[in-house]
Amino acid sequence: MSLLRTAWLIARKDLVVEARSRELAYTTVFFALACVLVFSFAFVQEGKAIEGASSGILWVAVAFSGTLALSRAFERERQSETLRALLLAPSERAAVYLGKLIGLLALMIGVELVLVPIVGLLFDAPILRAPWLLAGLLAAGTLGFAGVGTLFAAMLVRAHSRDVLLPLLLYPITVPVLIAGVRGTAAIFATEPNLDAALAWLSILIFFDAVFVVLSLWVFDPVMSE
Amino acid sequence: MRIANRLVPPLLIVAALMYARAPFMIQAAPIESTMGVVQKIFYYHVPAAMLTFVAAFVCGLASAVYLFRRSRFADQVAVAAAELAVVFGLIVLVTGPLWARKAWGVWWVWDPRLTMTLVMWMVFVAYLLLRRFGGPGSEMLAAAVGVFGTALVPFVYVSTIYWRTNHPPPTVVRTLPPEMAAPFAWSIFTFLFFFIALLIVRIRLESSRVALEEAYVALED
Repeated sequence: MSLLRTAWLIARKDLVVEARSRELAYTTVFFALACVLVFSFAFVQEGKAIEGASSGILWVAVAFSGTLALSRAFERERQSETLRALLLAPSERAAVYLGKLIGLLALMIGVELVLVPIVGLLFDAPILRAPWLLAGLLAAGTLGFAGVGTLFAAMLVRAHSRDVLLPLLLYPITVPVLIAGVRGTAAIFATEPNLDAALAWLSILIFFDAVFVVLSLWVFDPVMSE
Repeated sequence: MRIANRLVPPLLIVAALMYARAPFMIQAAPIESTMGVVQKIFYYHVPAAMLTFVAAFVCGLASAVYLFRRSRFADQVAVAAAELAVVFGLIVLVTGPLWARKAWGVWWVWDPRLTMTLVMWMVFVAYLLLRRFGGPGSEMLAAAVGVFGTALVPFVYVSTIYWRTNHPPPTVVRTLPPEMAAPFAWSIFTFLFFFIALLIVRIRLESSRVALEEAYVALED
């Protein structure tokens, strides 16, 4: 079976499990909304969000809810020892990584589809000013975040105190994603939008994705074999 | 490794003597015209920063070797280098704000170098936390963090440079006259000798720890 086909089967398995319980989708969406609520109190003055706050709130909510989704997705695999079964399957390890990554990407993008309009509404952010550029920033940023996150969440399945170690490892390493995502989105949302700057940030994100997804594919095999 | 172990006492003696001489050289160096006497932190701060990045790079390289070759020695080098990256990084992060407060008027600015140093330092703290609290098998996981942390450096640097383009940070002009370059080079070598000695000692400690653990397990069986 080819690598991509195996990866797709694993992703489809995750999506079917998720479609039946909808546990991750509901909890992650509401967690993201809770983040927006908490941060709105920090960045709202006299009823209006301060300049540039909306892009920051959006990306912090994406990062926090993404961490939650990552740890829950692998907790599910751990509880019934199914990750071990997946790793024992006669397929390439890289396919397992890709499959989990596709499943998580689908989930996080689904959450963003709810989150972005809500941030747009609550903070009066012009999300339709450059919709494709914004979608590109979100897609590339989510790929970078989930790409690193899938590797770390998978390898922490066997570790102690994994709940606290995941964000501890993930946030410093995904700092470029957060900087590029926040600055790129802020360039679109600004009163004087600078789409060239947003495009430059998008290219940094794509470069980050290329390097870190390849690095994760490369490292996944030695890290997951005992 | 045996030859390296023999090098430790002379390295430490040389480093100690050089540390003792350094304050006199730094005192004799000219006082920088705009920043005044506080600029002398420079002789302490910059060598420590250089070695933080040397340590990070050594850790990343050793981690990659450990991941793909499973060489135990590489893992011991990686953990020793990660600890030194955290220690020297802490020196940088303490002396930096002390200098910045006097030179720039603030303790911290989100300038590329500062942000990069902070992020790198956090990655290596996370590396050590993972090794300490991750339970059995966390060496392999930590090695992945070491590799990612080192691969991260150019990205953080590039993204923080772009980030600051709109608000250029207060720049410190670094054109060193020879009277300043001499004590600076002296400081770099002092720190370097101390660093190498610490690295060797820490690798030896780690390999003894592993050997002791194995002997203990063998005794239990």
